[in-house]
Amino acid sequence: MELEVIKPGMLTSVQDLGRWGFQASGVPVAGAMDLPALRIGNVMLGNPEGAAALEVTLLGPEISAIGSGLVVFAGAELGFTVNGRHVGSWNSLLLNDGDIISFSGPEGNGCRGYLCAAGGMDVPVVMGSRSTYMRAKIGGYQGRSLRTGDVLKIGEPDLLWKRTDGFTLPEDMRPDYFPDKPLLILAGLQEDAFTDDGIRTLFESEYTISSESDRMGCRFEGLQVQHKEAGADIVSDAIPLGAVQIPGHGKPIAMLADRQTTGGYTKIGVLTPASIQKLVQRMPGMKVRFAEASMSEAVEELAAEKDRLEKIKRLRASWVSRAGCTYSARPLSSHFIMTVNGEKYDVKCEEL
Amino acid sequence: MRLQERSLVPSLQAPVEGVVSVSVYLKEPRFLKAGESCVVIEFADEINRAANDAVMNLRHSLENGGKLQIIECLPTYRSLAVYFDPLKVSCDNVIEGIKRELDHLSGQDGHTHKEISIPVCYGGEYGPDIKNVAEHAGITEEEVIRRHSARVCHCYMIGFVPGFAYLGGMDESIATPRLANPRTVIKGGSVGIAGKQTGIYPIDSPGGWQLIGRTPLRLFTPEAERPTLIDAGYGVRFVPVSGDEYKDIESLISAGTYKPVITEVKC
Repeated sequence: MELEVIKPGMLTSVQDLGRWGFQASGVPVAGAMDLPALRIGNVMLGNPEGAAALEVTLLGPEISAIGSGLVVFAGAELGFTVNGRHVGSWNSLLLNDGDIISFSGPEGNGCRGYLCAAGGMDVPVVMGSRSTYMRAKIGGYQGRSLRTGDVLKIGEPDLLWKRTDGFTLPEDMRPDYFPDKPLLILAGLQEDAFTDDGIRTLFESEYTISSESDRMGCRFEGLQVQHKEAGADIVSDAIPLGAVQIPGHGKPIAMLADRQTTGGYTKIGVLTPASIQKLVQRMPGMKVRFAEASMSEAVEELAAEKDRLEKIKRLRASWVSRAGCTYSARPLSSHFIMTVNGEKYDVKCEEL
Repeated sequence: MRLQERSLVPSLQAPVEGVVSVSVYLKEPRFLKAGESCVVIEFADEINRAANDAVMNLRHSLENGGKLQIIECLPTYRSLAVYFDPLKVSCDNVIEGIKRELDHLSGQDGHTHKEISIPVCYGGEYGPDIKNVAEHAGITEEEVIRRHSARVCHCYMIGFVPGFAYLGGMDESIATPRLANPRTVIKGGSVGIAGKQTGIYPIDSPGGWQLIGRTPLRLFTPEAERPTLIDAGYGVRFVPVSGDEYKDIESLISAGTYKPVITEVKC
C-alpha cells in the first residue's frame, strides 16, 4: 500500500520512538510526542512497537490509499473517518485502493494521534530512526512535515494483517488523557537552585498551558518560581525528555520530543513518562497542577505501560485466531493462538 | 502552537580556565537524578578542563567494554548524562556501576585523545569580517590568521545544533564582539569569532559571528556512519589553506575520497 497526501493537515510528520544514540553529536531525539499511543497503535497491527507512523496534530490530513492495507488511528479522538464514515481512534480496519482517510476535527479528549499502518511508514532510516526532526531537516519524509502530493510507501505487513481487520482496543485499555490528577515531577537536577518558596509555588499553584508551545517544549503561564541568588543560568548540560526547565523569568517549560540536547537553564526535575503523555495531549489554555513523584512511581508507570502492551499483543493474537476465520498461508513471523485438543497454545513464529 | 523562533545565533558561555571561583570535585562527583531513565554525573560547577577530561574518560570507559547496560552517554562541559532503561537496570545499580568505573579509572594513567586538523581558507569572500577582527585587535589580517591557527582548541562538547562544537582555548587577543546586525544566512563551514569564542557553523544558519574564514569540510553529514566530524574531547587545529587548496579539498570531498587528518595525542 501507499498513502497519498491530498491535504496535509495542520502538522503531520513521520515519527517513531526517536533517534537515540546521537545526542553526543548534538542531534535531538525527536520521535512521537505521545510514545505510548504510538506503541499501542503498532502492536494492534502486529508491527514492531517502534514502527514509524504519521503524527497528526489537532486538524488531521486527507489521505488517499493506493492499494490495500491495514490501518489504525491511535491517540486522541481527532475524528478519524474513512470514506465519510466516522471510525474513531483505536479501531483497526482494512483500506482498499482509492479509500479516503479524513479527520472531522478534535472531539475534546486530546490533540495528537498516530495514523499507523501495518508494515509502518517506509521512509529511509537516518541515524537509526525514521523520525522527522524538522528544524535540521533530518529523517522522516524529506526532513519535513507532509505536503499535498507526497506519497508514502508502507513497509511489509505482518502475514496475518488481513485477519486483524476489526480489532478494537477495549475501553479499559485506552489511555485517559485528562484524568483529574496533577502532572508528576521527579525532582532532581538543579532542584537546589530554587528557594523553598519557589518549590512550594510550583507544587501548590495552578499553571496554564501557553499557546507558545510546540514539539520542542510546552510553556506554562502562572506564578513565578523563585531562584536562589545564583540565578537561573548554569553551564550547559543535558536536557532529558520531560525536563522542567525554569529560566530567569520563573515560568516553567517542559522540554519535549524536539528539545535541544543541551541547555543552560536550571531544571527543577523531570516529568514522569505518563505525565509527559498527558501533557502532550493538552491544548493551550488548559490548566495543570504539578505534584512530586518518587522514583518508584515513575518506574512503575513504565512497567504498567509494558504490561498493557503485552496484554494488547495477546488480545490481537486471540482476535486473528478467532473461530470462523481460516488461514492457509505459511504463518511466518507472526503471533496467534492455536487450539489443539481443547488446549490453547500461544504461538509465536519467526523465520529462521 | 509554536515556540517563538529562537535566534540560531549560539549564545555561548566562554570557557574560562583557572578562575578562582570554580568548584571542582573530580574525586567526589555529584550524582544528579534526571528522571527515571537518566542520571547526570557532575565533576565541577563551572567550565573546567580537568572536569571535562574526567567526563570524556568516564564516557569512554562506559561506551567501550563497560559492563553497565546503558542506552547512550551525553558529555557536556563538566558533566556526563547517562541514559538507561530502568526496566532493565535500576538507577541505583547504574550509580553503583558508574562509581566502580570511576574507581577503576582513578588508578589509570592519562588517556590519549584525538586531534583533528580543520583546513580553513581565511579572509576574502569566505571571511568577510577578518578586517573587523584585525582592527579590533590592532593587528594585521595575517597576524589574525597566525594567532587563530597557532593554538590547538579543545572541543568541550557538541550541542546547540547538530554538529556544533563548543571550542575553548582561542587566543584571547583576537576576541571580538559579535556583529551588531546578524546575518540571515551563513554558509555551513564558516569559521567565526564571537567574544572569546571561536566556532564553525555546521549547517547553513543565521547568526552574528564575525566570519574570518571557511572550511570545505562537512561538519555534519546525517547519512554518514559517523555524522559529526568533531567529537567532544577532540583537539581542534585550524590549518590555513589557499583558495586553490580549498577548492581541491572540496572536490575530493564531493568525490568521497577526502580523509580528514585525525591524529592520536598522548595527554
